[in-house]
Amino acid sequence: MKGLKASLPSIIVIAVVVGIWWAVVVATRSAIFPTPWAVVAGTLELARDGTLWEHIGASLMRVGAGFGLAVALAIPLGLWMGWVHGAFVTLNPLFQILRPISPIAWIPIAILWFGVGNASPIFLIFIASVFPMIVQTTVGVHTIEKRFLRAAENFGVSRTKLFLKVVFPATLPQIIVGMRIGLGVAWLVVVAAEMIALRSGLGYLIIDSRNAGNRYDLVIAGMIIIGLIGLMLDGFMRLLESMKVVRWRYAH
Amino acid sequence: MPTKIHVQNIRKSFQNDKVRLQVIEGLDFEVNDGEFVAIVGPSGCGKTTLMNIIAGFLPPDSGAVNVNGVVRNGPNRKGIMITQQGSVFPWLTVKQNLLFGLPDDVPNREALADEYAALVGLKGFENNYPHELSGGMLKRAEIARALVVKPEILYMDEPFSALDALMSLRMQNELLRILAIERHTVMLITHDVEEAIHLADRVLVLSPRPARIQASFEVPFAHPRRVSSPEAQALRVAILKELGVTESV
Repeated sequence: MKGLKASLPSIIVIAVVVGIWWAVVVATRSAIFPTPWAVVAGTLELARDGTLWEHIGASLMRVGAGFGLAVALAIPLGLWMGWVHGAFVTLNPLFQILRPISPIAWIPIAILWFGVGNASPIFLIFIASVFPMIVQTTVGVHTIEKRFLRAAENFGVSRTKLFLKVVFPATLPQIIVGMRIGLGVAWLVVVAAEMIALRSGLGYLIIDSRNAGNRYDLVIAGMIIIGLIGLMLDGFMRLLESMKVVRWRYAH
Repeated sequence: MPTKIHVQNIRKSFQNDKVRLQVIEGLDFEVNDGEFVAIVGPSGCGKTTLMNIIAGFLPPDSGAVNVNGVVRNGPNRKGIMITQQGSVFPWLTVKQNLLFGLPDDVPNREALADEYAALVGLKGFENNYPHELSGGMLKRAEIARALVVKPEILYMDEPFSALDALMSLRMQNELLRILAIERHTVMLITHDVEEAIHLADRVLVLSPRPARIQASFEVPFAHPRRVSSPEAQALRVAILKELGVTESV
């Protein structure tokens, strides 16, 4: 009940936006722009013939692959760069140059290297999400409080134990923040990447609906589904933040 | 009693921009085995720097610290530091914190951890995370983590200063109770003269920067002590006088 009460204002805002949208479409008698109801009908149509699930599945698979690869590389690399000063000094400038380049700018190169199959969007997602995660992980190591490292030094533990019991868990909250950012960017990029080529995915759904007979109801349906799935993905990452081993960092 | 710690003529300065700040100037003293020595001094006089040098976290510019007759050149498990901020790992439970410093080949590690948790009054909280504990309990956990590795020396840098007055007093009594069971050599830095008189066998008064030993007081009272007794109060006044504070009794 409490949760419902807290989210009431935001539900009202969404309802008002939908209401205005509906009123404007009706008032202007737009032939192309759909009413909210038309969008719902279009979504149901896609859900019934199964194509909706295929598109969602394709997009999620690409994000899973690209993001997974990025996590597998960024966390060890970020920990290494955070811990070994030489690695940081050597690699950080390169990453700082690569990081501000929009993943969209990589599209021509992705197509050149990987063609128009699944590999291209997976590569783009990888490129988009790997840098924020490297940076956050590195920052996480750099911001470990000295008193903890000192205590570890005092007890004279082995390097393995130092890493497993201090460095990694102390960095974990920042790693999770990096993963949240990374997954958010990955989801942004998959849709953009799918607009360029391919035959499946939510990005493809949007562009194809537009090209194949101005089905703007499906365009908007695709947009809303993207938003909702993005929200869900972020919700999963928030679940990680509520783990007991990291709550010390977020609990304020 | 044999000498446990011998601080030999140590000097330390810090370079800050172009200013050279002499923090410690030729400090020399000994601490006996099993002795409890408190160091008091005006704030900013270099007490913490001194403690960091003695515990091995910081090298002196010149001079040396001998522990058991051997020159100390780094921290180790035989001397555990406890600070005001504390350093209980927040990502580990109380028990995991206690197990942290124990090598894997120590027999009955788990039982030992439980024993020390119980010793400091944390029985039943072994599986709690630090953020679920109060400030006093956190301090108990830190003391237990230090003791479980059976150190010879405890270095305590304002250990109870972050606690409220009542909790600080309670922890002082706890510390005395534990020290009566396990004889450790203890070095305590504090700004609280009453705390020093309550706990220590000897109180060293440091001068303002650069720190030197300005005075040394034996505390001849048997435990349990009453800091409100006239003798203790007279000692307090004498120490405060060395610190440049006069007080009407």
